[in-house]
Amino acid sequence: MKVTFPYMGTSNIVFKSIMEELGHEVVVKKPSKRTLSLGTEHAPEFACIPFKILLGTYLESLEEGADLIVTSGGRGPCRAGHYAQLQEKILHNLGYDFEMVVFEALTDSFKDFFSNIRKVAGSELSWWQIFKLIKKEWYRLMVLDDIERLTHKVRPRELKKGTTTNVFAEAQEIVAVAKTEEEIKKAKEKSFELLNDVPQDPNYEPLKIGIIGEIYVVLEPFANLELEKTLGEMGVEVDRSIYLTGWTKDHTFFVPKKDGVEEAAKPYLDQLVGGHGLDSVGNTVLYAQNGFDGVIQLAPFTCIPEIVAKSILPEVSKDWNIPFLTIFLDEKTGKAGVTTRLEAFVDLIAKKRDEARDRIS
Amino acid sequence: MNGYLGIDVGSVSTNLVVINSEGEVLEKIYLRTKGQPIDVVQRGLKELKQSLADDIEIKGVGTTGSGRNLTSVVVGADTVKNEITAHAVASSHIVPDVRTVLEIGGQDSKITILRNGIVVDFAMNTVCAAGTGSFLDQQAARLGIPIEDFGKMALKSKNKVRIAGRCSVFAESDMIHKQQMGHNLEDIIAGLCEALVRNYLNNVGQGKDILAPVVFQGGVAANEGIKEAFAEALETEIVVPEHHDVMGAIGAALLAKDKIVNDGEETSFKGWNVTEIEYTPSSFECEGCANLCEVIEIRMDGEIVSRWGHRCNKWDLAQ
Repeated sequence: MKVTFPYMGTSNIVFKSIMEELGHEVVVKKPSKRTLSLGTEHAPEFACIPFKILLGTYLESLEEGADLIVTSGGRGPCRAGHYAQLQEKILHNLGYDFEMVVFEALTDSFKDFFSNIRKVAGSELSWWQIFKLIKKEWYRLMVLDDIERLTHKVRPRELKKGTTTNVFAEAQEIVAVAKTEEEIKKAKEKSFELLNDVPQDPNYEPLKIGIIGEIYVVLEPFANLELEKTLGEMGVEVDRSIYLTGWTKDHTFFVPKKDGVEEAAKPYLDQLVGGHGLDSVGNTVLYAQNGFDGVIQLAPFTCIPEIVAKSILPEVSKDWNIPFLTIFLDEKTGKAGVTTRLEAFVDLIAKKRDEARDRIS
Repeated sequence: MNGYLGIDVGSVSTNLVVINSEGEVLEKIYLRTKGQPIDVVQRGLKELKQSLADDIEIKGVGTTGSGRNLTSVVVGADTVKNEITAHAVASSHIVPDVRTVLEIGGQDSKITILRNGIVVDFAMNTVCAAGTGSFLDQQAARLGIPIEDFGKMALKSKNKVRIAGRCSVFAESDMIHKQQMGHNLEDIIAGLCEALVRNYLNNVGQGKDILAPVVFQGGVAANEGIKEAFAEALETEIVVPEHHDVMGAIGAALLAKDKIVNDGEETSFKGWNVTEIEYTPSSFECEGCANLCEVIEIRMDGEIVSRWGHRCNKWDLAQ
């Protein structure tokens, strides 16, 4: 079949590879301004921007003949959990003929999860072959995340602006073409080498900002107006609280792992509020404990879980003496407003760090 | 005498000021941007040169506002700084112990919290322009009242009418309905001022530690109705600085002065004759990839001098 899936950051490389190995033809649509126009035209007005972007990419893929959409569902009281079903309805009403496979958490229904795998994988591969394929591609996903983490360290230190971003693009291609686990490992080494070779200022001490918020706008640069690149090129080292490998581990295969986020959030919020609301609160505490200079919260406009988190953050920020900035994202593609806020925020935390150092010395 | 030029190119107004070495305002100009930032800067410079004393030599130039990058290319700026920082610098220069700055401009509203002269927190309206200068302008025009008298009328009210303030569309229809019911104009305008202040405090002011002294600046600070509504809501005195409408430009000039004085450098100012040069901006959509970047380029007498808006390095100018 001709398959498409949600486009989110570097994970598209992995999903493409999985689908191709399963013998499908793949349509990958990187979100663009046209995606936005299509998505906003056919989505309910008050849906959030991730919904609109994904709906737009599905429409573009269906135009190119895709007939299977593979996506994930979700748990918890965030409406994104039902987005797949709603998108399926909208697209069918528009007259497209396709099938949609929605992966819900393994813990919700064992049977559905595996029958969905079978649906996508076809009947020829054995479970063992499927397992091996998933294991390999999982490794590829981890490698991509590791490479991206390294770019966050290199970018603020690069001597020529833009070098890291170019090398990162090259690295993604190297990882994409690797066929076996062995080759992926080599691709990782090669990518690390390329990134470490980017001319850098070894003495530069960047400010450190942690990124929290809703998963889609955190992971997809098109949705967040390339926040990580913009901050990196302002000389800031960023750390992202969410990576797809982390999320998948928590939500699909295993019981939630104990990484201290829930514990850290507890004095402020002791229950799930949907989406990543709890994580946003907990991670702010963790970033403060780990000596970060500030936190930036990314939220789709009208996102309830992040609105809840935002109203709690002033207290966390005060208790832990860590400034935070909330950026709501929607249809706007003009970067000037976001850049202004980021610049001012970086000024603020730079002054704060200088002050703290003056006090010590 | 040494002068430092600050230029704030905002969405609605473009302001130019010249300050002396003590940071006092020597001259200020307030113009409407009208979507033509380059023209208006050139016009402003022309006016400024005529009104400025002959013995003043420009030693430094700073730009700020949403048009700061564009303007810095045209005039040759020593500092290019965002308006949040510029505004904070200006208010703590004029009111040294300021702890809260309320700022409402044409399209932006923001709050800045300072402690000991340092910005410790800020917020800016993100998605809606309700409660900003543009909306007040619009309503004044709709009611046929000069914007200058709008605030004074609010002060005459004895019985404020409640107006919805969350969204400019809601506010406008609520105002119209109340008018149709026969409420008088003063009460409606006072209600609008109160609604905008409520919306501001609830939106950008949410979760902020608002402590006195409170400075209120930006174009809307001229509106006494809004000033009064702030004083009532915050139960404190509101300070509106003399040059409240050009604080961004003052901040930009102060930043340029600091840089020049600290680094001991010569200014990059291109001189007053930039008003004679023809700058033409143009834009195109790059179709190299799905990003479809809107690339903007500036030509100086026909030659490309700057280009931005692209994400990759395809359109970088060769240095």
